[in-house]
Amino acid sequence: MAENNRAVIKLKERFAADIVDIKEFRGEVTVTVKKENIVDICSFLKTALAFNLLTDVTAVDYLGQEPRFMMVYNLYSIPNKDRLRIKAQVSESCCSIDTVYKVWSTAEWLEREVYDLFGITFNSHPDLRRILMTDDWAGHPLRKDYPLQGPDREPYKGRLS
Amino acid sequence: MGVDNPLGDNILTASLDGLVNWARKSSIWPMTFGLACCAIEMMATGASHNDLDRFGIIFRASPRQSDCIIIAGTVTKKMLPVIMTVYEQMPEPKWVIAMGACACSGGIFDTYSVVQGVDEALPVDVYIPGCPPRPEALLFGLIKLQEKIMRERNSFGSTIGLGERYDSAA
Repeated sequence: MAENNRAVIKLKERFAADIVDIKEFRGEVTVTVKKENIVDICSFLKTALAFNLLTDVTAVDYLGQEPRFMMVYNLYSIPNKDRLRIKAQVSESCCSIDTVYKVWSTAEWLEREVYDLFGITFNSHPDLRRILMTDDWAGHPLRKDYPLQGPDREPYKGRLS
Repeated sequence: MGVDNPLGDNILTASLDGLVNWARKSSIWPMTFGLACCAIEMMATGASHNDLDRFGIIFRASPRQSDCIIIAGTVTKKMLPVIMTVYEQMPEPKWVIAMGACACSGGIFDTYSVVQGVDEALPVDVYIPGCPPRPEALLFGLIKLQEKIMRERNSFGSTIGLGERYDSAA
């Protein structure tokens, strides 16, 4: 149960006001938090709960819902052999979140990837450039409203149409 | 002897085209350039079992020494300027082989980031279908390129100032 998870108990004690949702699915614990305190929560998880490895930073586009984006941080604790997923809601109108690269330096490039493909900006990021697409690329391809075959092509509608 | 063989036994006569085309088709040096899984098949074709060396095909690590570039794999829009630079660095005469479905038409990658066939940018001489093509298919494509080279007319003579080049319809 997620309520008995050690990290969840500690997070509830410390950041009760920031926690939006706690879920467990097939042994994977996910904690959704408000984006304002993401750096404090992450540094607490790293220093006090030994989540010293940031496995991945990514995002999800829930087009049509509000808030539209969800940041996802997958954490791993090498000493405790424990995993935790932190999510943070990001709205389209205020499409930015604080960078966590000062907590885990690997986040610098992972956040560049999220910026490149989803267009979420990271406040006080040291080098927020595109990392996969070319520098002159327009748009953010992993957004759900980005045309799959590119904006300059007629979309494919199937062989029979 | 006499009139039947006026030049003696130690001289061969041939057409300039025949000689030059034979020399070119027997020493196609492709650029060592792989992009995706097709490059694995290209390497297998070059290795001992299929042995491209027996056709005089030797992979070169510099475009300055290459006659041919095998576009072996998916061409992304980010990679295309690099391919164009490598192609432009190759000296004439030069040929392009589009190896595999991706290089021919974009293949399964009908997406924003992939060039829908390298012929949007380069003059392709031979298209090899397959995903990826087996080494036999690449060998067949290279033999087709050799046949195409043998059909060229006065491409060498025209560059040294002897008449015009004839472009066949093929």
